[in-house]
Amino acid sequence: MTTTDVLLAALGAVAIGAGWRVVSTRHVVRAGLWLVVALGAVAGSYLLLAAELVAWVQVLLYVGAVVVLLLFAVMLTRAPIGASADLDRPGWVGALVGTGAGLGLGALFLDGYRWQSVGRPSVGSAQLLGAEVFRHWVLPFEVVSVLLLAALIGAVVTSRPPAGGR
Amino acid sequence: MHPVIPYLSASVLFGLGVYGVLARRNAVLLLMSVELMLNAVNLVLVTADATVRAELPAGGQVFALFVIVLAAAEVGVGLALILQLYRARATVAVDEVPLDEGER
Repeated sequence: MTTTDVLLAALGAVAIGAGWRVVSTRHVVRAGLWLVVALGAVAGSYLLLAAELVAWVQVLLYVGAVVVLLLFAVMLTRAPIGASADLDRPGWVGALVGTGAGLGLGALFLDGYRWQSVGRPSVGSAQLLGAEVFRHWVLPFEVVSVLLLAALIGAVVTSRPPAGGR
Repeated sequence: MHPVIPYLSASVLFGLGVYGVLARRNAVLLLMSVELMLNAVNLVLVTADATVRAELPAGGQVFALFVIVLAAAEVGVGLALILQLYRARATVAVDEVPLDEGER
């Protein structure tokens, strides 16, 4: 067990605990705030795995933009401020499928990797990733930009009030 | 470094996300659970990038970047759909959406 292992385990525990609060809390706003904790812990894991650029993009885009959008959705749909009892449906099917998915994936990874150890990965700096994206992944990059434009137009058109109504 | 540690936390996070998608009724909370699942996938991609020596360097991290961008687009469109649902029905509970309704 090295320091990296201990830190990775601690951040994983934080992410799992916060993730559990996201899916179990009775306050809608608190679920969004726990999501910030979970995403921040995952960003810390990226840093430990030497994925520098991905970690900061995660902080900027997920913690900065996606969570703000979700909180806007909470406010615009006038979610109740206090605790509400009807956020969950009786969830034994969900618990069963979720536990099954988690345990199955965990067993696969345990079987595949055992307690094998790898050396320190090289740092995924912005320079390296930029060169990779524009050398080998140009077509997906362009497709993603078209998709973002489509999503933008789709969101604007969808959220417009119906013409001629109200 | 033992890659099995982040792999295991990613699989537990994914399981939590699946549970949230199936058990939550509020559509906004549903989107949050989907984000948890996407993050678990990203953690697996980045860990695999640190573990496996691939032909192209940093392929897993590039994929993780693409997934983050897709998640941002998904949340934008999802928010628009939820707003439209709230306008039409004054509720965001997903099991109160009638599936067999014809023309309004």
